[in-house]
Amino acid sequence: MKITSKLYTALIFIFLFAPILVLLVFSFNEAKSLSVFSGFSLKWYQELFHDENTLESVKNTLILAVAATVISTVMGTAAAVGIHKLKNRWYRMAVNTVTNIPMINPDIITGISMMLVFVFVGRLFGASTSLNFWTMLIAHVTFCLPYVIFQVLPKLQQMERDLTEAAMDLGCTPFRAFLKVTMPEILPGIITGAIMAFTLSLDDFVISYFTSGNDFQTLPIRIYGMTKKTVTPKMYALATIIFFVTLTLLLLNNFVESGEDKRWRELKKQRKIRLKRSEQS
Amino acid sequence: MKKVIELKNISKAFGGELILDDISLDIYDNEFITLLGPSGCGKTTMLRMIGGFEHPDCGDILFMNEKINDVPPHKRNVNTVFQKYALFPHLNVFENVAFPLRERKVPKKEIREKVEKMLSLVMLSNFAERSVTSLSGGQQQRVAIARALINHPKVLLLDEPLGALDLKLRKDMQQELKKIQKTTGITFVFVTHDQEEALSMSDTIVVMSEGKIQQIGTPTDIYNEPQNAFVADFIGESNIIDGVMLENYRVSFSGHTFQCLDAGFAQGEQVDVVVRPEDVDIVPLENAMLQGVVTAVTFMGVHNEIIVDIGGFKWMIQTTDSASVDDRIGISLDPDAIHIMKKSKYSGMFGDYSSYSNELDELSDPGGEA
Repeated sequence: MKITSKLYTALIFIFLFAPILVLLVFSFNEAKSLSVFSGFSLKWYQELFHDENTLESVKNTLILAVAATVISTVMGTAAAVGIHKLKNRWYRMAVNTVTNIPMINPDIITGISMMLVFVFVGRLFGASTSLNFWTMLIAHVTFCLPYVIFQVLPKLQQMERDLTEAAMDLGCTPFRAFLKVTMPEILPGIITGAIMAFTLSLDDFVISYFTSGNDFQTLPIRIYGMTKKTVTPKMYALATIIFFVTLTLLLLNNFVESGEDKRWRELKKQRKIRLKRSEQS
Repeated sequence: MKKVIELKNISKAFGGELILDDISLDIYDNEFITLLGPSGCGKTTMLRMIGGFEHPDCGDILFMNEKINDVPPHKRNVNTVFQKYALFPHLNVFENVAFPLRERKVPKKEIREKVEKMLSLVMLSNFAERSVTSLSGGQQQRVAIARALINHPKVLLLDEPLGALDLKLRKDMQQELKKIQKTTGITFVFVTHDQEEALSMSDTIVVMSEGKIQQIGTPTDIYNEPQNAFVADFIGESNIIDGVMLENYRVSFSGHTFQCLDAGFAQGEQVDVVVRPEDVDIVPLENAMLQGVVTAVTFMGVHNEIIVDIGGFKWMIQTTDSASVDDRIGISLDPDAIHIMKKSKYSGMFGDYSSYSNELDELSDPGGEA
């Protein structure tokens, strides 16, 4: 029984990581072949860093991801605070559901509908091509936003209600109270939300495909374009780099969350001790 | 005496429910005033209004003769000790207390001096660098008080601050709060549902029920001269019996006519008669004004609590004498043991111990919520 379960686990890991491993190994292959490993080489990495079009699209992807992350994190945090403050339960649930739609809506539908809107509005103003960096940015902010809200809102709910009032009572304007007291409390949620937004924007293909113009291409779109011809091993090299960047972000995220957990456990322990004390007397 | 805060005809409703109903109250300088009442009576809403967290639907709030209805909390010279302390978990004890000073951009050296002085006032000098989450309830309470006092507010608002503490700690904190109030000379507005706490700490007690002020007075006034059945029952134990005022200083109830110290009622007026359980004397049957059968005896340590059925009405008596169930005993009342109240809408709702048992009383004791 034990052996079976171990075997099962091993199989799962093989299926999960074998493709990535193959990719990784062959990105260091001397030859172009996918079947024979003819020797270790950094040739494809070299070639990658000389491919200006690809580098340009990497730069574009990063610019877009950073911009989308900053905007969606600020907007998402503000939205979460707003939703949290709504007193009417039904109204709050309605707003919450509506903001979650981009999260559950199939990407392809979000993509097509956004493209339609952009083209339609573009035509209204008589523009010949209305799809560009800005339309992509709007699209990316749209699908990142619910994830940020989703991460920040629970942190607000965990926070003691009186804290913001206490800050105002002690001389803070409402905005300063947010900066000095609410922000530090919900920061882990904001960071997780930002990291999620960044990774989502980084690897989005479907929505980007529909909302990008000719003058601004991101990496996923470029790779897709290349698959129509032949894929050179320099794409393996690129994929390997992306994999490790994403992995680092994931580890960072888990690190932040585990720190949070520790604080929660500490808090719970304190409460238990206090409860015990009051029971004894 | 100088008025610090005046509430004038304040009303407030939440979702169609009237929480405060035409409240008027003056709060004086250097006073320890307690808002006392069961949960839902509006006392916390009133406190939050003074703090600036709620706004009256109608009526005015005056602070040192100036209308402050629309002044936001951070501009009011009033600070609050919150029920669950509301300490900032990301700051240590020192930084929590220093918070208001840092907001006011006080020089660093001055901050250090002031915070250290304040921490020694609340006896937490050795805890400055500790995290607030590592403190016990009582210690957190002290940090909250230090933090609220450091700006030297004109008025300190305390929202059931002792509710989460255990009994012994609560008694100590009561003493300490009273001491801090005396040394700082700051007006304290204290909210509680614990009548004992209110009696032992306050200069003035405001008894509230259903959004209305029932009585304002010193602790002895409130205890000895309750204005209606609600106050008489809420503050301490009371036997409240229907009576008829025959003339000044003479009242009849339970089939007997008694001498009393009250006057100013109409002849033959229906009244509520209050007799505190500790003012009832047990006497031999031949000297008795009233007679009854003992239905329950509870030993309370200092005294016995005896329930006596007198003509169908169950009285509570607290006495050092002893009696057993089914004994027939006689009681006698001195004129100053009897207090007469006008009839109110609370008449007949309180003051009969028919359904009384210690267990029940504990269950319905609002002290159990916290």
